[in-house]
Amino acid sequence: MNKISIIIQREYLSRVRKKSFIIMTILGPILMASIWVIPLYLANISDDEKTVQILDETGIFVSKFKNTDQFTFTPINIDFETAKRNLDLSGNYALLYIPKTQFSLPTSGILYSGRQPSLDVKSLIKDVMKKEVERLKLEASEVDPAILESIKTGITLNTIKIDADGVEEKSFTEVSMVLGIFSGILIYMFIFMFGAQVMRGVIEEKISRIIEVIVSSVKPFQLMMGKIIGVALVGLTQFLLWVFLTLGIVSVFSIVMSDGTTLTKSETLFSEQGKVLDGKQLADFSEKMSEKDDMSIQLLEAVRSINYLEMIGAFIFFFLAGYLMYAALFAAIGSAVDNEADTQQFMLPITIPLILSLVMSQFIISNPDGPVAFWLSMIPLTSPVIMMIRIPFGVPYTELFASMAILILAFLGATWLAGKIYRTGILMYGKKVSYRELWKWLKYNQ
Amino acid sequence: MLRATNIIKQFTGHLALNNVSIAVPEGSIFGLLGPNGAGKTTLIRIINRITAQDEGEVLFDGRKLRQEDVSQIGYLPEERGLYKKMKVGEQAIYLAQLKGMKKSEALSKLRYWFEKFEILGWWNKKVEELSKGMQQKVQFIVTVVHEPKLLIFDEPFSGFDPINVNLLKDEILKLREKGATIIFSTHNMASVEELCNHIALINNSEKILDGKVADIKENHKQNIFEISYATAIQQIEEIIPADFSLIGSTKLNGHTKTKISLPADASPNELLKWAIHNFEVHGFTEILPTMNDIFISQVNQKNKGNE
Repeated sequence: MNKISIIIQREYLSRVRKKSFIIMTILGPILMASIWVIPLYLANISDDEKTVQILDETGIFVSKFKNTDQFTFTPINIDFETAKRNLDLSGNYALLYIPKTQFSLPTSGILYSGRQPSLDVKSLIKDVMKKEVERLKLEASEVDPAILESIKTGITLNTIKIDADGVEEKSFTEVSMVLGIFSGILIYMFIFMFGAQVMRGVIEEKISRIIEVIVSSVKPFQLMMGKIIGVALVGLTQFLLWVFLTLGIVSVFSIVMSDGTTLTKSETLFSEQGKVLDGKQLADFSEKMSEKDDMSIQLLEAVRSINYLEMIGAFIFFFLAGYLMYAALFAAIGSAVDNEADTQQFMLPITIPLILSLVMSQFIISNPDGPVAFWLSMIPLTSPVIMMIRIPFGVPYTELFASMAILILAFLGATWLAGKIYRTGILMYGKKVSYRELWKWLKYNQ
Repeated sequence: MLRATNIIKQFTGHLALNNVSIAVPEGSIFGLLGPNGAGKTTLIRIINRITAQDEGEVLFDGRKLRQEDVSQIGYLPEERGLYKKMKVGEQAIYLAQLKGMKKSEALSKLRYWFEKFEILGWWNKKVEELSKGMQQKVQFIVTVVHEPKLLIFDEPFSGFDPINVNLLKDEILKLREKGATIIFSTHNMASVEELCNHIALINNSEKILDGKVADIKENHKQNIFEISYATAIQQIEEIIPADFSLIGSTKLNGHTKTKISLPADASPNELLKWAIHNFEVHGFTEILPTMNDIFISQVNQKNKGNE
């Protein structure tokens, strides 16, 4: 046992010290944090105030334009050609010209600007004009605007998950989808990245011919397990560093930008979410939310509603168990070949289930409780990825534990199988190995 | 010290070792000889517990060889290498630890050896920066640093320049003096003559010869003698008796050295008597077969027998 720990130590340290590991560890959280931080940051940047001149020949709209944070509207009363010529000199952002119409209500305007006018200002102007024209039309047909206002209705449909104990939880399908796919891809990446590292490590030992020196001191199985566990710890280190660094970066930015309104709101939300809300409260709560009509708050609430502990716990389990199973197979492949180019024929049966899991992910999120999803999350070769996709939608504990148990059994089986191939393969040089050959190795007495 | 009895190892398609037994006496340097593919490496791997025999048993110090015993064995394989990206010192410590040494102990012993081999300055270099010869030195050090009772060297001198070969030979002999038993597998017969006192010859998965080097030479001598004499007027071919056969002669500075083969029952005294009678004899020695001769003749003989 002591020897395995020496091997683990070497495998771990030699990888953690590599530049590529350090770069990945730093870049990963920055990328992930930027997904959070950049939108918040952008929302908090206040634009310069821009002035829009209004030359309204009809006189209908001019009083309707109210100044906003971004735009100041200044009516002007000069002739159109002069105004157009002066626009550049005045330094104003744009000139809105609404020409007089003869018979109908005016429904068009022209916006002159030195630059391409932003979508914001266009939709703002259109909105103001539309509302006013509509109001005038209603007036003409003698409809009270108040009636119209009263028939406007907003529907909110809250989905609430009730588990067996009757605990209610607000659910957010879209967020679950994104999270499921995200963690599925992450598991896929981790298994592939670190599984391949094990394989390359084994090939390196073969090519550098150090293998025989080492197996004269330790059993091949100890070396294989030491390598697999060492690399697993590297993966775990990377994952946890990513989580903590991402959280760190996000919270630093939150503090820096905490005067921004968005975050003040979300802070109240965070504190309120700490309590367990019953359905009634939740309904009230979300009604309040819809009144505020704040998408970002909705989203934050949804993101908050995820059980992160369960997610991270499940991720670590499925990463470790899935990785351990695949890494054993990768180690066996590495031992059977003399160089990386020869790995192709053996890689295929291993990569197909992994890639299939990813391909199926679209299907799984549209029907996370269907039979396909169920079986794929039981088959050990696909279960790590598929189960991670399903977990955000809620998976019964019996299924979860069954899948975990099968995966552990599969891992033990794969390790046993790989160990037999490995101990023969590492000492075999200059031989193109076939599946038949591998089958024979399984039966060698060592 | 080490005794392997009736070892049989079967790989799919061929028999690697067929009923091979060897006995390595305590404190000896034991040469394990044989052509390529004879089964030497397989036997060595079995002794190192890298592979397991199908039948037969290996006794170490009088009892069955166990996994723990590998810490008492130092093995320098023919196909050897180091982690290229790893620092020399770290790597040496790692390999010593795998042999069961404590880190502090490994560190002090390694420093001693690195100083001795004058490579202490390379401690913090990566292996890939080292020349092949330096890597071989490091490799030798990690084989012996844990002071094993049994050392196994498979072609230890390949890749070394003559100066380092001598350095290595000295160290090997010193290790033997300190009480280590050494198994030495090689094709280099000159070094076998120089170092080994026991040998076993393996050919085609079978042991065909073993014993003390001196005994083997004695058993394989062919009654060949060399006489050196002042060159006479008469040609030796013309006067040599019919039952003596002439192998060859060389002339140098008025002397002639001639090798003569005697019939199996003839005594060297007969040759000497005849020679004294005919020439002024300056020297007379028995020519023992070299290990090289014995190796080649034995292997050829066996291979012919098999055909």
